[in-house]
Amino acid sequence: MKRALTGGAAMAEALRQINPDVMPVYPITPQTPIIETFAKFKASQKVDTEIITVESEHSAISACVGSSASGARTITATSSQGLALMNEILYIASGMHLPILMLVSARALSAPINIHGDHSDMMGARDTGWIQIFSENVQEAYDNTLIGLKLAEKTSLPVMVAMDGFITSHSVEVLETIKDEIVKKFIGDYKPKQSLLNLDNPVSYGPVGLPDSYFEFKLKQVKAVKNVFQEAEKIYFDFKEMSDRKYNYIETYKIRDAEKAIIAMGSVAGTIKDVVDNLRQKGEKVGLVKIEMFRPFPYKKIANVLSGVKKIAVLDRSLGLTSLPPLYGDILNAFYREKLNNSIKSYVYGLGGRDIYRKQIEEIFEKMDQEIFFKKEVEYIQ
Amino acid sequence: MKIGKDIYEIIFFARAGQGAKSAAEVLAQAALSEGKYIQAFPSYGPSRSGAPTESYVRIAYQPIRLHEPIIDPDTVVVLDDTLLKNKNIIQNLDEEEDLIVNTRQDKDFVQRMLPDFKGNIKIINANEIAKDVLGQIKPNGIMLGQLIKVTEVVKLESLLNQFKKIFEAKIGKTMTEKNLIAIQKGYDYLS
Repeated sequence: MKRALTGGAAMAEALRQINPDVMPVYPITPQTPIIETFAKFKASQKVDTEIITVESEHSAISACVGSSASGARTITATSSQGLALMNEILYIASGMHLPILMLVSARALSAPINIHGDHSDMMGARDTGWIQIFSENVQEAYDNTLIGLKLAEKTSLPVMVAMDGFITSHSVEVLETIKDEIVKKFIGDYKPKQSLLNLDNPVSYGPVGLPDSYFEFKLKQVKAVKNVFQEAEKIYFDFKEMSDRKYNYIETYKIRDAEKAIIAMGSVAGTIKDVVDNLRQKGEKVGLVKIEMFRPFPYKKIANVLSGVKKIAVLDRSLGLTSLPPLYGDILNAFYREKLNNSIKSYVYGLGGRDIYRKQIEEIFEKMDQEIFFKKEVEYIQ
Repeated sequence: MKIGKDIYEIIFFARAGQGAKSAAEVLAQAALSEGKYIQAFPSYGPSRSGAPTESYVRIAYQPIRLHEPIIDPDTVVVLDDTLLKNKNIIQNLDEEEDLIVNTRQDKDFVQRMLPDFKGNIKIINANEIAKDVLGQIKPNGIMLGQLIKVTEVVKLESLLNQFKKIFEAKIGKTMTEKNLIAIQKGYDYLS
């Protein structure tokens, strides 16, 4: 069914269909529309989720850990400082293999204070052991909510599904929603492999791991993460069967014969697609690689699809303050590991909600033709 | 749609509290009901009542992929004539394109405020009509009526249906009926 919804309302609609057991929540802009819409579903008895209103994001994610360990299907949502405040507990959620789904309306971090969209908050959580998925538009925000939940439960790992704050979360777009009964079949009933409240099979969560065992616990996490791509492919397959919409952990757009390409994540990918089509009409061989799943990072796949592309620009919507911009750094690693020697350049754009225009993307493609282009490693699109 | 463009782009300039965001969203739903694709999004500034706001609407026959603010609109709607001091209002609004202003002044006033503007000026005293029909100064529905008359981006019938669908539960039957009359009056007004 075609509908016109904001990204926030679209994610809430997916949550209504999921009807999670527990949702511990704390409001923060620009995530609030998700939990606000969901609270209305609860008030009108469209869901029977137990909503726990807590006093901070630290408490929200702590309640998620307790709830998920008890065997309940658990979801929360946050942004920016909220995600930063959760940081300590994010490691605990992943260390305990808890399949929590967190929806993130990605936003800049203070200081200076700024409520608008960029990817700084997600980047701050990128090595916490959570799977991270980025959405390009309202349709993907809805779809990835369903995909993310299933991926969490199949891999026993927590998942963050992000959309760009305001640009997607507060923008009304047309999307296709899936019928309730079909969604219910896709996600299935949640049966945890083990849980605190299963008295037939008593287990402990959160024990001490001393030098003789901690290492092995952490390696089990590494092993679980290795499983993610395989599980994701199965879920993407099932999702396509259900919705006729095709996803993968990276999306390639007109990359096959491309001589120049941009790599990006989130809402800017749509803008780049328009630019690619426009330049292709003029005979330019350009393309896009969109990162759908940022953690775990699909090193091999990215290097494979881009191995023949001579010139590449990587667009980051966050800074590497004391290192390279995060996506750019990962891309360099991907190419180094495959012993590739393509020309790669970094651009940082859109910090704190700064708009980015087709004209600026066009300029990047144009500049790639100049020798001097790759001399400067990192540039800022201000 | 009047102009055979890939994507029809509209900007609403208003003051917070005048209902421009709701207007943009109703328009979007009306377009959807005709099988069109839409994007409606506000530019977020200070949200205190009375602050200048911008709302953007894109309407197309194909899915809309780009995520940039509208910089070359086909039509501009101004809900408060004190905003005409902002010269950015007519940025990239060309000769054959329309500027629709809620004002009690005449077209010459608008032209004097924007001497460089070469496009079509449409004026409507939406505040006055709103006061008569609704008993309050809510010009958004009337401006929407005039907008779709000028641009033909959606049919009047679709707009009225969607308004009813969205607002009847929220504002009640009587107020909805009054708003439908307001939209119709905006549509019928010869600016």
